[in-house]
Amino acid sequence: MENFDLKKQTPNLIVMALLVTLPLWINYVSYTQLGTQVVVMGLAAMALNFLLGYTGVLSFGHAAYFGLGAYGAAMTIRYIEPSTGLGVIVGTLAGMLAAMLIGPMIVRLRGVYFAMVTIAFGQVFYFIAFRWNTVTGGDDGLTGWKRMPLDFGFAKLDIQRDPTTFYYFVLVIFVIAVAIMGLLLRSPFGRTLIAIRENERRTRFMGINVNLHIWMSWVISCTFMALAGSMSALLNNFVDPRAFFWRQSGVFVIMCVMGGMRSFWGPMMGAAIYVWLQDYLSSATPNWQSFVGLVFVVVVLFFPRGVMGIIRRKATE
Amino acid sequence: MSFLSIENVSKHFGSLIAVDGVSMNVERGELRAVIGPNGAGKTTFFNLITGMLSLTKGRVTLDGQDLAGIDPSKRVSLGMARTFQITEIFPDLTVRENIRIPVEIQAGLRMSPRMPKAMEAPIRQRIEQLLEEGGLTKIAGRLAGELSHGDQRATEIMMSLALKPRLLLLDEPTAGMGDDETYAVARLIRRIHQEEKMTIVLIEHDMRVVFNLADRITVLAEGRPLAEGTPQEITQNATVQAAYLGGEA
Repeated sequence: MENFDLKKQTPNLIVMALLVTLPLWINYVSYTQLGTQVVVMGLAAMALNFLLGYTGVLSFGHAAYFGLGAYGAAMTIRYIEPSTGLGVIVGTLAGMLAAMLIGPMIVRLRGVYFAMVTIAFGQVFYFIAFRWNTVTGGDDGLTGWKRMPLDFGFAKLDIQRDPTTFYYFVLVIFVIAVAIMGLLLRSPFGRTLIAIRENERRTRFMGINVNLHIWMSWVISCTFMALAGSMSALLNNFVDPRAFFWRQSGVFVIMCVMGGMRSFWGPMMGAAIYVWLQDYLSSATPNWQSFVGLVFVVVVLFFPRGVMGIIRRKATE
Repeated sequence: MSFLSIENVSKHFGSLIAVDGVSMNVERGELRAVIGPNGAGKTTFFNLITGMLSLTKGRVTLDGQDLAGIDPSKRVSLGMARTFQITEIFPDLTVRENIRIPVEIQAGLRMSPRMPKAMEAPIRQRIEQLLEEGGLTKIAGRLAGELSHGDQRATEIMMSLALKPRLLLLDEPTAGMGDDETYAVARLIRRIHQEEKMTIVLIEHDMRVVFNLADRITVLAEGRPLAEGTPQEITQNATVQAAYLGGEA
C-alpha cells in the first residue's frame, strides 16, 4: 500500500461522507427513495464509464445488461425462490454471461460501428421482454413480487419496509462495486485499458492483445451494470421492458458525459443531476425532457469535461 | 544467417507495386538507415517488417524465426519495437505514466488486477532510469500531449525501449524538427546504439543524421533497392548521386 494521501483521497471522502449521511439530510430537499435511485443510477453510470471513460469504447446498448440484471433478479424472486440475495446474484451473473458471449462478436468493431451493434443487441433483449408475455409480463412489466427482507441467520435486515435500511443495503453494494472498479483502474491491468483509450495503435505495438483487453473491460462493465439493474428492480419492486430500451442506454451515456467521463466520480455526479432534474421537473411539466436536454447541450458545448471538469478546474485555480 | 533477414520482399496494392523485391540483412548491434526519395516505399517496407501489412512475396526472419503470419502485437514479444512517423504516445497521461505502462507490460503485469508488492520498487526504479536516460526526468510530471515535438519523440523512443526490444525500428525519428531537437534525438539514438548495443533500423530524411549515425545504409527508389553500403560508399555511389543525393548533396 502506498501511504494514505489525503489530497488524493479528498474526493472519495467527500462523496462517501455525503452518501453515508444522506438519510439525515435528504428529507430537506427530497426523499430517501430518490437518494437510493441516485446511488443505483450512479452505479450504472460508473459501470458504463469503466468502458466509456477508461477504455475509450462507446456502448449505446448497456441498457441490455441493466435490464438483464433487473429481470434476472425479479424473475428469480417471482418464480424460483423469494430471496433477495439469490435474485441479485442471478441477475448479475445473467448480465455477465450475456456480455461474455456477445463480447467476442463486437470487440473487433470500433467507434460508431461498435455503438450501433451494441444498440442492436440491446433491442433484441427489449423485444424478448416485450413479447414473451407469459414469463416477462410483456409491456405491463413483471409484478407480483417484492424484495424480501435479508436473513443472515443470526440477524435480519428489513429492507422491505424500511426505506432507510434499504438505502444502506444499496449503498454497501455500491461501495463494494465502486471500490473494485477503482482498484482495477489503478492496477497494471487498468492502465492497459487507459492506454487503449489514449492510443490504440501504440498499445498494440506494446504487444497488448487489444481486442482481448476490450473484451475484459466490456465484461467487467456489463457485470456491474447488471448489478445496478438488479438493485433498480429491488428499488421499484417492479421491472418493465423499458429497462432494456436503447433510450435507457442513452440516459446512461448522458449521465457520464454530463458529469464528466474523465473523472472517476463524474458519472455519479451526472446521475445525481439527471435523477434530481427528472424528479423535480417531471412534477412541474410533462416536457421535462426538453429541459434535461437543454442542460445536456449546455454542458457539452461549454464544459466538455462535464461538471466534474468545472469543479476540478476551480479546485486547481 | 543475419539477425534480421529480409529476403526478396514485395508488396502490391492492386496494380501498384509499392515494394518490389527488396532484400536486406541486418547484423546484431548494427544501426541501419533506410533512405530514399518520397514514395520510395520506405514506410511500406517498415510496415512489412513489423507486420502491419502482409507480404505479397518474400520472407522476413528475426533471429532465425520466420515471422510470416505473426500479428504485430506478437512480434513485440519476439523483441521488435517501433516508433511511428507521426509520434504515437498517450497524450493525456504524464510522461512518467507513458513510461510506466510499457515497463509494467514488459514485467508481465498486463493482466494483473493489482501491483505485486515485490515488484513495486524495481518497477519504480526502472521507470526513473528510463526517464533519466531519455533526458525526461525534469518533465516527467507533465502531460505528454503538451510537450515539444522533440520531447514527445524522446518519450516515444523510451516507451519502445521500456519493452526491452532486441530490434528497434524508428520511422523518421527527426521528421519536422528544428536543428536543436534533431541534434538531441540523434544523440539519444546514438547513445542507445552504442551503450546498449541495440540493433536499430531507421528511416530518415535528414542526411546529416543518417551519415552521422548509420553503420550501413540501404537506398530505396521506386520500391526497388538501389544501393547498399557504408555511408562512405553511398556518398561515392554514382547511381545514388544521380537518383537521389544529387539534389541535396
